[in-house]
Amino acid sequence: MNDLIEIRWHGRGGQGAKTASLLLADAAFNTGKYIQGFPEYGPERMGAPITAYNRISNTPITVHSNIYEPDYVVVVDDTLLESVDVTAGLKDTGAIIINTTQDKDYLKTKLKNYKGNIFTIDARKISIEALGKYFPNTPMLAAIVKVSGIMTDEEFLEDMKGSFKHKFAKKPEVIEGNMKALELALQNINKID
Amino acid sequence: MSIRERLSGNEAVATAMKQINPDVVAAFPITPSTEIPQYFSTFVSNGTVDTEFVAVESEHSAMSACIGAEAAGARAMTATSANGLSLMWEMIYIASSLRLPIVLSLVNRAVSGPLNIHNDHSDAMGVRDSGWIMLFSENNQEAYDNTLMAHRIAEHKDVLLPLMVCQDGFITSHSIENIELVEDDKVKEFVGTYKPEHYLLNANEPMAVGPLDLQAYLFEHKYQQAEAMRKAKDVILEVSKDFEKLTGRKYELFESYMLDDAEIAIVCMNSTAGTTKAVVNDLRKKGVKAGLLKIRVYRPFPGEEIAKALSGLKAVAVLDKADSLNAIGGALFGDVTSCMYTQKQNVPIVNYIYGIGGRDTKTSDIESVFTDLETIVKTGNIDNPYRYLGLRKEN
Repeated sequence: MNDLIEIRWHGRGGQGAKTASLLLADAAFNTGKYIQGFPEYGPERMGAPITAYNRISNTPITVHSNIYEPDYVVVVDDTLLESVDVTAGLKDTGAIIINTTQDKDYLKTKLKNYKGNIFTIDARKISIEALGKYFPNTPMLAAIVKVSGIMTDEEFLEDMKGSFKHKFAKKPEVIEGNMKALELALQNINKID
Repeated sequence: MSIRERLSGNEAVATAMKQINPDVVAAFPITPSTEIPQYFSTFVSNGTVDTEFVAVESEHSAMSACIGAEAAGARAMTATSANGLSLMWEMIYIASSLRLPIVLSLVNRAVSGPLNIHNDHSDAMGVRDSGWIMLFSENNQEAYDNTLMAHRIAEHKDVLLPLMVCQDGFITSHSIENIELVEDDKVKEFVGTYKPEHYLLNANEPMAVGPLDLQAYLFEHKYQQAEAMRKAKDVILEVSKDFEKLTGRKYELFESYMLDDAEIAIVCMNSTAGTTKAVVNDLRKKGVKAGLLKIRVYRPFPGEEIAKALSGLKAVAVLDKADSLNAIGGALFGDVTSCMYTQKQNVPIVNYIYGIGGRDTKTSDIESVFTDLETIVKTGNIDNPYRYLGLRKEN
């Protein structure tokens, strides 16, 4: 892992992009890293585009600004590709991960022929299968962990089990489904050539 | 052993308050400080603290309740932001003039209008002359540490002044970051029990608080307040030394970062200091002798010490996250330049108003300031000392 990894999340209000960024910070923290997890607060409402950020490093982080040249971008909702410049500043050495079922040509056009790696995942299908409802943030969290290599699958799953136990203390029935969503996501990431 | 955790700035302050377990907390919610009383009220409900939590109907009442509690002999705390502090304004002055060591967590936010909920320092700058001790915090760790030190400083017999701990709204208040916490029992021992010398509930010493104070005495009372503020400097240093013994974390009146051999430097407060450190590190790798002076203690203002620290520089930029709208520059700029003049230090100094209403301050913005300083060193020309950083201009 590079000394500093910077990640930008694009989602829509209500999809849990902010929560996913905080869970990612949590998971990385638990492997001994220095972390930042913060949303960019705007006029928050259901469905409005929102941005969240993560910095993950082996050394203390002092910068307190938004991220303009991320190593990774996570797009939680592919309708954002129509209105948001999701690859803005994204490093060519990095990657973008999109929750989508759109084809390669569509994505290449929308991403303005971005030269780095492009990964897709059908978070809707995974979420419906595992949870019976559409919560795209859990599969997307697994996808960014896998693509960025912040930690191993095993470390990640073990850690998330603990996090979910804490987060869903009052509704333990959803823990199993969320764990299943993570496992399915880790196995169903597609790379676009 | 300290406890390795990850908390937002608001969580950090709420945790400090939990460990301090004050007698009274009175608060009214306002973004971005809302989470502090919110988290704290859960500690009250769970019985983790035995604080009397007063859910008041306004910030004016929050400060009034703190004043009543503190005058009665209790330890009182509150939290607010921006317009909440504006509504407290009348009582802010009452608290300091009655010499009540109330501790306030101020999560800095732009004062409306037009309505803006994001970070700048216009709320804090509005009360800079109100007789409160003001500590600024770069990150969640410093907001936590400053809060743990707050009562020891404010309640000291030479001081007896209220104290506010500032941090940047959203930027640190809502960002999850690593933090080292102190164990509960060690905090309890460090903060100690509040033993006021004079208080209303002391049946053996009947007294009045806040009576009429006219031409005969008010001047002398104001002088005593000013004396207390001057003495606060030594007390802050003394408490910070004890805190260093406890945690290993060193705090002074300000932090000098790569300043000893620097030729150009930025003076700023709160989270931008962290961003500046990263830029200073990069510039140092390129051979540029850049440095940072980060203000921790803004009131009392350590003027002589700052003048000395900046005396060897070739050019300095003071960054103000609030515009004083006075046609001469921001408040921090005024403080720094006046102490440089009285200390006979003639260093070229420029002012930048920046980050207003939550405008993001990027590393490239800070780099541009250092580039400007290099130009000033080269040419000797300042031209306009009252500048703006990151302002969009019409083409």
